[in-house]
Amino acid sequence: MHLTRLALTDFRSYVSADLTLEAGVTTLIGPNGEGKTNLAEAIGYVATLGSHRVATDAPLVRQGAERAIVRAAIASGRGNALIEIEVNPGRANRVRLNRTPLPRAREILGVLRTVLFAPEDLALVKGDPGERRRFLDDLLVARAPRYAAVRSDYERIVRQRTALLKSAGARLSRGGRVAASAGPAESAASVDARSGAAPSTRSGTGPAASAMAATLDAWDDQLARVGAELLAGRLSLVRVLRPHVEAAYAAVSGDRGPAGIAYRPSFALPVPGGPPPGDTAHGDGVPGGSAAPGGPGTAGMDSMGGKGADLEAAMREALQQARPGELERGVCLVGPHRDELELRVGELPARGYASHGESWSLALALRLAAYELLRTDGEDPVLILDDVFAELDAGRRDRLAVLVAGAEQVIVTAAVPADVPAALKGISYDVGGGTITRGS
Amino acid sequence: MYEGVIQNLIDELGRLPGVGPKGAQRIAFHLLAADPDDARKLAAALLEVTERVKFCRTCGNVAEADQCRICLDPRRDPSIICVVEEPKDVAAVEKIREYRGRYHVLGGAISPIDGIGPEELRIKELMTRLADGTVTELILATDPNLEGEATATYLARLIKPTGVRVTRPASGLPVGGDLEYADEVTLGRAFEGRRLLDV
Ligand SMILES: Nc1ncnc2c1ncn2[C@@H]1O[C@H](COP(=O)(O)OP(=O)(O)OP(=O)(O)O)[C@@H](O)[C@H]1O
Ligand SMILES: [Mg+2]
Ligand SMILES: [Zn+2]
Repeated sequence: MHLTRLALTDFRSYVSADLTLEAGVTTLIGPNGEGKTNLAEAIGYVATLGSHRVATDAPLVRQGAERAIVRAAIASGRGNALIEIEVNPGRANRVRLNRTPLPRAREILGVLRTVLFAPEDLALVKGDPGERRRFLDDLLVARAPRYAAVRSDYERIVRQRTALLKSAGARLSRGGRVAASAGPAESAASVDARSGAAPSTRSGTGPAASAMAATLDAWDDQLARVGAELLAGRLSLVRVLRPHVEAAYAAVSGDRGPAGIAYRPSFALPVPGGPPPGDTAHGDGVPGGSAAPGGPGTAGMDSMGGKGADLEAAMREALQQARPGELERGVCLVGPHRDELELRVGELPARGYASHGESWSLALALRLAAYELLRTDGEDPVLILDDVFAELDAGRRDRLAVLVAGAEQVIVTAAVPADVPAALKGISYDVGGGTITRGS
Repeated sequence: MYEGVIQNLIDELGRLPGVGPKGAQRIAFHLLAADPDDARKLAAALLEVTERVKFCRTCGNVAEADQCRICLDPRRDPSIICVVEEPKDVAAVEKIREYRGRYHVLGGAISPIDGIGPEELRIKELMTRLADGTVTELILATDPNLEGEATATYLARLIKPTGVRVTRPASGLPVGGDLEYADEVTLGRAFEGRRLLDV
């Protein structure tokens, strides 16, 4: 698919802007602070209803204006589409598709697909594990929207369970003291009856502890059930993403590296045909394709097989082992919210070792891999490369230009025209003074 | 902001569930414009519920007496109890018309964020009802959300040793809707949870 038009009203620095676009390469050139990234951001917003730079919508509305409007016309294999979004910070956005209002804004997701690389993506390599988990989860949702619900359910369960661990930890330490000083068996029994607690064989002392343990058991079930679903999704995603990351890094770097990705769970995964959970088995436990029970064809549906259930059991087991530590610290120590997507360049971890240009190339490789993956799922997404060239050496710039030249549509921004390889000039626009004009 | 008494009414109305500030204003001015008799009837009804409606000592449903209409009805099957979160859920299940068992209202669901644990719910009362062996099946009809699910799991684990059969209504696609109108998230999850049609 590709964009044929982008029109903005009161979006970021633009009072109004209207840009006609074509398939192929478009470059947006202009000095710092003139509004190139604002255009890239607007396109990304149409695809995701969010910004890659800020968490809230308020900064997207031009200072002094009340709302912003973004319009995008799209040509795709499924026909043409016109998307209009009224960005109302603090209130619900209004979205129209082909002039028909949509009951829910999020129904627009997926109509335009983009992959955006921006300087902020350096955090994918240098930032906290949370950045990399978000990268995986965003891609999961883009490929299968149901993961939006899995993800938000999981986040809520973690918050519920954390609240429980905090209050349980506090109560257990208090309860311990009471039991030690007073300790009449009768009062302890009445606590048990009032709380309706299941008898538990778990660690902990007295009925108060077993009541708490029973409530935790119930939340462990939820965490393991939804967590296993999220984990299964991430594992199969990493499996299909890995070759694309390796290929993209090799292409950009000129066969340096190689780059690698590996999913590191916070607990031992069951190894198919291997030792039971609780053993020392680690890593993503899915070397090659042999561990994929569903085979190709069922990508994204593999929790249907036995694997989802195995993961759930392993996670439950890990939760039981972690419980004393969790109670002590009042945090959820096991689950996909503690996992890591490990990145390597050559033999070394990227984080803390890779050079600036290497880190940049690896972040770019992750985005290009996402692009390739979405492309194999269906239509070509729109590829947006914001300021990508400035940090790359000449060889990497040229190889990147060759690599993306085959995309249906690429939108490239640069502050210095000479940074853009000649092969990738395409149709050029000058961005400055609040306007966008066709360049030479 | 309005004069004291009007603002007072708007504030009180605004505290009701589902009524925002705008809605509270509309209701307040509607009442002002309406026949004073209507307002008097509403006030009387409000007073009456607060004075007369109690909660059934057996099941926790709303009741006008010590026990609710359903607990007092000898035709209702005492061997099945349907566990729900709120009295309004009793009304919802009653709409099926085919359910002939009894109810137990928990008064909420387990939600640590809100400080609600099993002790805050009517679980001890439920266990008391199970003690004499009359009840053979428990239907856990807590809400199909995370808190409802956790509460159902908690109860299932708690009740397992008693030997009472525990069931939970299936959830998935809302019935009565066309497949094409189900949103992608709901539909996606329903597909994920698909089951074998054993014929
Ligand atoms: N809500 C807003 N209202 C008005 N102006 C804004 C708003 N948000 C951002 N701007 C302005 O937009 C400009 C930044 O634009 P943008 O990030 O697109 O620059 P750029 O062309 O990408 O620059 P660089 O080459 O440095 O990356 C800044 O001058 C900023 O003050
Ligand atoms: Mg910029
Ligand atoms: Zn009753």
